[in-house]
Amino acid sequence: MAKLLEIFNRVRALLSVDTQADRLVPPTGFTVLLTSFTSGAMAFLAVFTIALSLATGRVADRWASELSQSSTIRISAPAEELDLQTEAVLSVLKTSSGVASARVLGEEEQRLLLEPWFGPELPLDSLPIPRLIEVVENQDGFDPEGLRLRLSAEAPGAFLDDHTRWRKPLVSAANSLRLLGWTALVLIGMSMAAMITLAARAALAANSQVIQVTRLVGARDTYIASAFVRRFTIRALRGSFLGVMVALVVVSLLPEPAEGDTFLTGLSFRGWTWLYPLLIPIFCAVVAFLATRRSAMARLNEVT
Amino acid sequence: MLELENVAYSYGGDDLLTDVNLRLAPGSFHFLTGPSGAGKSTILKLCYMELQPSRGSIRVFDHDIHALTRDEIALSRRRIGVVHQDCQFLDHLTVEENIVLPLVVARRSVEAQSGNLEDLLNWVGLNHVRQSRPPQLSGGERQRMALARAVIMAPDLILADEPTGNVDWEMSERLLTLLIELNKMGKSVILATHDLNLIRNAKSRVSARVLRIANKELQFAGAELS
Repeated sequence: MAKLLEIFNRVRALLSVDTQADRLVPPTGFTVLLTSFTSGAMAFLAVFTIALSLATGRVADRWASELSQSSTIRISAPAEELDLQTEAVLSVLKTSSGVASARVLGEEEQRLLLEPWFGPELPLDSLPIPRLIEVVENQDGFDPEGLRLRLSAEAPGAFLDDHTRWRKPLVSAANSLRLLGWTALVLIGMSMAAMITLAARAALAANSQVIQVTRLVGARDTYIASAFVRRFTIRALRGSFLGVMVALVVVSLLPEPAEGDTFLTGLSFRGWTWLYPLLIPIFCAVVAFLATRRSAMARLNEVT
Repeated sequence: MLELENVAYSYGGDDLLTDVNLRLAPGSFHFLTGPSGAGKSTILKLCYMELQPSRGSIRVFDHDIHALTRDEIALSRRRIGVVHQDCQFLDHLTVEENIVLPLVVARRSVEAQSGNLEDLLNWVGLNHVRQSRPPQLSGGERQRMALARAVIMAPDLILADEPTGNVDWEMSERLLTLLIELNKMGKSVILATHDLNLIRNAKSRVSARVLRIANKELQFAGAELS
């Protein structure tokens, strides 16, 4: 606790406003642009990476949940038995635990399903098309093996397809996509930290005369470091905040995805996830704070 | 106040100074002379703790500089005013802001010293350029500015390396007078110069000792100047 308090006091001392000390660091020049622009640009990119990560996460969730909660029962039977077997299947489903709802797909829905392969003029009546029943599971889910056994007893032409065969690779792909999103976020975070660190070091190197002169007139190391840390932290904070704001405006201007669009058109934030990007300036400021302090102290150690 | 005992300094394997001994009492005035490259600036930098001796010991205000932490060195420097030959300033600050820089870094009130600052600026003849930036000044003006910065804290010890090197005779007189006045107020002064006329001129107005660097050693040279 005492250690935490000490750290807090040191951080507070480093960030406390001292207009006289702040004047030591040149308020203009390329170093200002370097730190602010780097922070802004990286923050801008980070917003899009977060949006991408969230979008891939949403797609992964959707794939996983939609596929895992829906199944299909196909009934292939002679025409005179088709209605009877359908009734039997629906009756079995009504009494099966784990089934939230079940409905028979209408002719129009079946026509739409087959349209990509057979065209719009498909005469469903004249073809031995199996009847399809969409089954939606509740959260507990049903026991597919038990259901299959019951169906085989009540409706021999019914076949349960719980999508296991093709759901697995899709869920796996969705998880890979999610992982890709988070990896991109981690990489952009590391790049952002590296870029801000490099910018802070370059800016400090350009201001080495300030360090030398102030040290020679009797300034303590912490005093000199504080002046740089404050300035650079504020520059990084401002730059990244501006970058985030611009990125949020751009994201908000992106078109809303239509039903069935891919995730690439759905890079927007949803609900409270709009607050996520606001963490970026804080992250940038913390990185700038640590990088500047470390660089300043290292530079000071080279000066007597 | 300042004590150098058997101090040697080497750079790149070559001995620049060997066996330097000096004891500076409070309120004393010393001239340090010698040919260019003899090591005058090196001795002043050793005294200001910018350089560490290769051998021997240096005591500043009764503290061995080897034992001082970086913070303690900074605090000791606040009691020493220094004028380097290659005066360095913060180019984005005005002349006035550069002069009060030692007060700022010591967190002392600049306003409380405003009267002194005014007098100082008039004395060194920089009042008319107080709002200018250092790059706009001439070499002589920069030296005067360095001297003003060195004395703004009313230090106990003043180390001046060729402070009159780039100024005309009249200004040189004024700067010397300023240092003599400070010395009369009890401040110790070490003034490195190769201008023997300046030394002769000063000796009639202040009780000063003249030190000469010869053969990498420090010698008393008072008799040669009389």
